[in-house]
Amino acid sequence: MSEGIAIEARELTRVFGKFTAVDHISLDIRAGEIFGFLGANGAGKTTAMRMFIGLLAPSSGTARVAGYDVYTESEKIKRSIGYMSQRFSLYEDLTIRENIRLYGGIYGLAKRDIQARSEQMLARLGMEQSADLQVRSIPLGWRQKLSFSVALLHRPRIIFLDEPTGGVDPITRRQFWELIYQAAAAGTTVLVTTHYMDEAEYCDRISIMVAGKIGAMGTPAELKRRFDAGTMDEVFVRLARPATGAGAGTA
Amino acid sequence: MKALRGLLAKEFRHILRDRRTLAVVVLMPVVQVILFGFAIRTDVKDIRLAIVDPSPDHVTLEIRHRLEASEAFTTVAVLRTTDPLDGLFQRGAAQEAIVFEPEFATRLDRGMPARVQIIADATEPNTGSTRQNYALSVIRTYERGLGAGAPGVHIVPALRLRFDPTAESSHLFVPGLMAFVLTIISALMTAISLTREKETGTMEALLVSPLRPAQIIVGKVLPYLAIGFVSVLLVIVEARVVFDVPLRGSLTLLLFEGTLFILVSLSLGMLISSRTSSQRVAMMGAMLGTMLPTMLLSGFIFPIESMPEILRWVSNIIPARWFVTIARSIMLKGVGLDYLWPQTLVLCGMAVVLLGLSTRSFRIRLE
Amino acid sequence: MTDAVVVEGLIKRFGDTVAVRDVSLTVRSGELFGFIGPDGAGKTTLFRVLATLLLPDAGSARVLGQDVVKDLWALRPRLGYMPGRFSLYPDLSVEENLRFFASVFGTSIEREYGQIEPIYVQLEPFKGRRAGALSGGMKQKLALCCALVHRPDILLLDEPTTGVDAVSRREFWELLARFKQGGLTIIVSTPYMDEATRCDRIALMQQGRLLAVDTPERITGSFDRPLLAVRSDQRYQALLALREYPYTHTIYPFGEVLHYTDQRTDLAAEPIQQELTAFLTGRGLGGVSAERIPATIEDSFMAYLGGAEAARPA
Repeated sequence: MSEGIAIEARELTRVFGKFTAVDHISLDIRAGEIFGFLGANGAGKTTAMRMFIGLLAPSSGTARVAGYDVYTESEKIKRSIGYMSQRFSLYEDLTIRENIRLYGGIYGLAKRDIQARSEQMLARLGMEQSADLQVRSIPLGWRQKLSFSVALLHRPRIIFLDEPTGGVDPITRRQFWELIYQAAAAGTTVLVTTHYMDEAEYCDRISIMVAGKIGAMGTPAELKRRFDAGTMDEVFVRLARPATGAGAGTA
Repeated sequence: MKALRGLLAKEFRHILRDRRTLAVVVLMPVVQVILFGFAIRTDVKDIRLAIVDPSPDHVTLEIRHRLEASEAFTTVAVLRTTDPLDGLFQRGAAQEAIVFEPEFATRLDRGMPARVQIIADATEPNTGSTRQNYALSVIRTYERGLGAGAPGVHIVPALRLRFDPTAESSHLFVPGLMAFVLTIISALMTAISLTREKETGTMEALLVSPLRPAQIIVGKVLPYLAIGFVSVLLVIVEARVVFDVPLRGSLTLLLFEGTLFILVSLSLGMLISSRTSSQRVAMMGAMLGTMLPTMLLSGFIFPIESMPEILRWVSNIIPARWFVTIARSIMLKGVGLDYLWPQTLVLCGMAVVLLGLSTRSFRIRLE
Repeated sequence: MTDAVVVEGLIKRFGDTVAVRDVSLTVRSGELFGFIGPDGAGKTTLFRVLATLLLPDAGSARVLGQDVVKDLWALRPRLGYMPGRFSLYPDLSVEENLRFFASVFGTSIEREYGQIEPIYVQLEPFKGRRAGALSGGMKQKLALCCALVHRPDILLLDEPTTGVDAVSRREFWELLARFKQGGLTIIVSTPYMDEATRCDRIALMQQGRLLAVDTPERITGSFDRPLLAVRSDQRYQALLALREYPYTHTIYPFGEVLHYTDQRTDLAAEPIQQELTAFLTGRGLGGVSAERIPATIEDSFMAYLGGAEAARPA
């Protein structure tokens, strides 16, 4: 694997019975890049991400993440990456501090390190006063930022974010993206999936998945030029229309 | 190792912070021990005894006196002939009968065997023979008392089990089992159906419509009633074919009563789920509300008479308790609606009350 | 012209949380009215009160002239309600779902075909398919169809386009425009700020409160100072640099550019442009440009949320 490539995939495929969720995708994601994985719900983004983080074995094709093979070294991958998903992030009935300690322990950090990083994190997020509140009682925006920071607790080289910014107000969303910028500036590779097309513009490069394949890949500016579109939303519409047609029904 | 410790700490916290589940898990065994402990009594009391004494004499009167004095028996009738006995047994007015041979004392004096029949209603589990043994022991004690003075005294008891000459345990067990199984399933079905709509969100759309709670409830109960009818039929067939349980009464009546019983259970399921939005809670409620009470307090396994008074009262509100009696009476005793109308009326009343309560407590809004 | 909806001082609490805080507004007959706001704004709670599904803790709401609490049985048949999540039966087919909802309201698909035709023609090819197997966009169209089949006098659509792909979202709004032309009052909620411009009037909502209620044009028109889009090759560094710039009032990433407002409200756009460009180029950043742009609903929304807040780092 070439230096500076954090994630590499060649003809990566995953089928479930007769259904092909991910259809021979190939890509290279550079270290320190913010890469956006876009597409409609059901286009295959989550399945692809699961293969990268070692949760799902591919049906065929190859992929390497952080230099490790997804087929044979999935445990090493899990230890080198961070993961945050909208569906689950933190344990609601544990406090902020307890959550941090738990994940620190799971990733094998020394108590000293957990302590130190915990204090840093709480200070940076402005949550020192609330550290002993149960997660269920803190607002959604806080939970998102906290989840993100916890995913970075063990200083992974790559972090995977699965639809991280559902439903929060525009300011909180942007604060979250600043955290992503910070992480990328420090050298962490960020792979983010989202169906908010406007968030695509925050990324260095993006790929749009349509029915399991990569329909288009490039920087936002390139894609807007190529499809003669003013916004990423329009890029998506032009890309999706020939594939689905107006009013098509299949999920 | 650290990861494992972290996981353990987390699990303990989850458990301790979920107060509701904790209470159930800790208190359930306590409650169950009490219930089971009191329900499982194999000694019998207050057996309803009918005495047939064609020619009362000092021996029969003495024996009768001892039986009456015993805590185990309550005399409900003293008869000269055995004719009324059938009716008494069928109605359940008598559970045991002692039939003295005529000229009892005279026969003993002459050194001839004096026969006494001890007949017990065998449709109550575990108790038929036990009851007989109680009577038997009273008689034997008396006999021994006699024997001290006069040798050759000879009372010959003949034990007969009414309604179940072969005393197959499955004959007693299976009708009760039918009630047990049918009530759980029925309550579960409606409980799940209603809360599933709430959980998937379809209830929200239904509420903002002209549909009234009564319509929604009836719309849910009727289809399951039809299915329940099929269940009842199949269960009866099973009881006959697989377990050889007799059907001495009317099949039509049994089907009707079974369907009525299902209606009561469906209504119970409706009531349980009308106040919760979670399928899980509804399921647990339905199971706790039917399984435990039915198993312990319906007379299915443990006889109701043996229980302390308060539990006997409680058993009256358990629908299965009435259906167990009905099923056993129809299948084993061949009894008809003329005897069973009180129990049937109770079930009808329960259905009406439960459906009414469900409709009243049905939430017409989301909270 | 009568008012379709009149809300006064509405408050709704759930335990310690106040979901709707003293909301008052009116929606006119025949209007296409939008509630714009993120999760937790109180939109769903408000919709549920209007749909007679929740009781307010204080205040009142009248829909089509009837009280949502007292007149609930008179009101329910006149409402077309689409809840926030998919509320149809996944194991029934498209046609079966529609038939069921028609029957519950005492009508039939055949009778109301004229009303629902614009949507139904899109659904018809799939009418035998299980509703659970439809794509997100199709599900929403079916839900809309079921809400319309009984010819309601008002439509309440709670986040009908959330999570739906961009193509379907557009088609959905085109359908709404058609129904509005027929005179139907339509109230929609959405977290997507760009959809605001499709409404006659909108209410910006955040944490139970109304931030503003007006036409989209007037809301963006009332943006109180010049808005500049700042471009640079090194986007993140530009952001950090502008945080340190003394005159920054707000600075936010907005896709490829940064949206900047200045503390000096009296200053025109051109001098600000020049100063910014000079400052950033001076910091060694390349490809710097700054130009004035009109404010969008999102800009206005964020301005309402609190300008001072924004200048601080995350």
